[in-house]
Amino acid sequence: MAVVKLNAVGKTYPNGFEAVKPSSFTIADGEFVVLVGPSGCGKSTLLRMVAGLEEITAGTLNIGDREVNDVDPADRDIAMVFQNYALYPHMTVRKNIGYGLKNRGTTADTIEAKVQEAAKMLNLTELLDRKPSQLSGGQRQRVAMGRAVVRDPSLFLFDEPLSNLDAKLRNQMRIEIKALQRRLGVTSIYVTHDQVEAMTMADRIIVLNSGEIEQIGTPAEIYHSPASTFVASFMGAPPMNLIEARVEEGEIRVNGGASIGPAGRCPSGPIQLGVRPEDVELGGAGQTPFDISIVEELGAHRLLHGHLGGQPFTVHVGKEVAAAPGTTQIHLKPEALRLFDSQTGKAM
Amino acid sequence: MTEISQPLEKATTPKARRKPIKWSVVGDHTVLILGAILMVLPVFMVFATSSHDKIEIARNGMQFGFGDQLAVNYGKAMFEKGGFTDTVDGSLMLMNSLILGFGFAIGKIIISMMAAYAIVYFRLRFATLAFWVIFTTLLLPLEVRILPSYEAIQRLGMANTYSGLIIPLIASATGTFFFRQFFRSVPEELVEAARIDGAGPVKFFIDILVPLSRTMIAAIFIIMFVFGWNQYLWPTMITTEESMFTLVRGIKQITQGVIDSNDIPEFGQALALSIIAIIPPVLIVLFFQNWFVKGLTESDK
Ligand SMILES: Nc1ncnc2c1ncn2[C@@H]1O[C@H](COP(=O)(O)OP(=O)(O)O)[C@@H](O)[C@H]1O
Ligand SMILES: [Mg+2]
Repeated sequence: MAVVKLNAVGKTYPNGFEAVKPSSFTIADGEFVVLVGPSGCGKSTLLRMVAGLEEITAGTLNIGDREVNDVDPADRDIAMVFQNYALYPHMTVRKNIGYGLKNRGTTADTIEAKVQEAAKMLNLTELLDRKPSQLSGGQRQRVAMGRAVVRDPSLFLFDEPLSNLDAKLRNQMRIEIKALQRRLGVTSIYVTHDQVEAMTMADRIIVLNSGEIEQIGTPAEIYHSPASTFVASFMGAPPMNLIEARVEEGEIRVNGGASIGPAGRCPSGPIQLGVRPEDVELGGAGQTPFDISIVEELGAHRLLHGHLGGQPFTVHVGKEVAAAPGTTQIHLKPEALRLFDSQTGKAM
Repeated sequence: MTEISQPLEKATTPKARRKPIKWSVVGDHTVLILGAILMVLPVFMVFATSSHDKIEIARNGMQFGFGDQLAVNYGKAMFEKGGFTDTVDGSLMLMNSLILGFGFAIGKIIISMMAAYAIVYFRLRFATLAFWVIFTTLLLPLEVRILPSYEAIQRLGMANTYSGLIIPLIASATGTFFFRQFFRSVPEELVEAARIDGAGPVKFFIDILVPLSRTMIAAIFIIMFVFGWNQYLWPTMITTEESMFTLVRGIKQITQGVIDSNDIPEFGQALALSIIAIIPPVLIVLFFQNWFVKGLTESDK
């Protein structure tokens, strides 16, 4: 159990590439933080610096009440779950789970007891005498979890632990990992490029883009008030609609059409307008024309893909709302409109 | 590998049986069978001839049929003391050869694994350079450095000792190269998981790397054992006492000794020793065969 504090932590690789720009944040005791961002944005680098597998080239890192910049990974009291599981292929599940304890000089009896306990927690008891090659992907993932849990560390680190599993198993493991973390109350940092995982698992999300933190916030904050167009388009499926618009006399207009809504205190000029697909109503008071070209039937709801003012736009409606290709009037909920600077993409 | 290939074979054999005879297959097999006979025939002739007495051999040369001296020749070859000093028999030479073969192979494996470990896993400043320097020694076989090596061993007083026989030979560029390639294919994450699990360099080597390399070790063991077993020039130089003779060199000594004394050479016994000298490498290869093939071909660990 530990507070993790990053103070302007950055990484420049020996080849001069700055993979992580100096970043600062604090993770509370027992918190589950998800680092999310597109592939190559520096998530793993950041996580590996926390683990001690990658040297920190700028700033300081604290785990608990000590600075650990120069502490060996084995002495940071952490456990890590890797994407490819990284199980020792020649050891049985029992030995795999117990190896870390053995290296710490724990007695054989204690190891066996702890391994049994971890195995029970993860439904691995029947598999203890198998080799990793005799396990399915999901089972291997569980063993990797067991290896982390058994050590009773003060910090869990996960690097895309579910990305090698099929969709169904991923959903299931997602819930299991989250439940386990809740139960054990261990501070956790979880890296993923999958925004669904981030939304569903996190207490707090950190969105990274090209080595820089774009936004830190709860899933709801990230979803409803993205700090930039990057976050808006990265989080959510389908992503937030982003269209070119103008603010004129306090009103938002697209292509010189009728007012879409009030612009608040935003000065006149070009902006990017963001609105979530589900924050749109069809018909009724609507006076913005929307050309539907494709109706995507998803059972519980429908996605209407088309154009608004000549720009791609998607609307999410419940299954009870009938829709067909053609032009229809829509209403954008004023409280759901998000305005971004047309140059920098930052929220206004 | 085996699990996958077996059902496939089963599935294809019934089909193959129904097919008409393919003349290209017959041709292939003819060539292979002829080749096999060509390879085995000399060995068979040696074996057959080793069952005749020396007069018969001296008169009629190599034989295809078996004679009645088999047990006698092998018994004498193994247990009759011979040479100038009457101290050495076949079984002692067999012992010496085994010591050389095992010492040579095991020594090479230990040395080259440790060298490869250092090159791959430690941030040495000139690791790559060091590797290529080791690698280029492949171009310098033992024969090139045999005189200086002999000088050194002689001065150290290690002539006619097992360590003098083995140690100068155990540095191995080939082994280092194979282990280096293998270590580089071990996933990075495994190394990192072990680090987090608190395995230091020595523990990682012994607990993880050595068990993972076992097929590789087996493959290199076979190659090196046979290589060591067949060493001739170096043992000839470094062992002058007959009690240190190895089989490969002792065979010649038997015939040599008697030729000098104008008697008919003990061809039967020499050939018997030849057969005995073939057996241990064959056994080693048979024993490690499965591992050997896996070690050289298997990519996943
Ligand atoms: N050893 C290295 N040397 C130089 N650049 C690296 C190294 N490792 C990773 N990078 C670069 O750093 C960036 C971030 O990598 P990484 O943290 O692995 O991204 P991801 O967010 O996909 O996990 C990538 O652009 C990658 O090319
Ligand atoms: Mg990554």
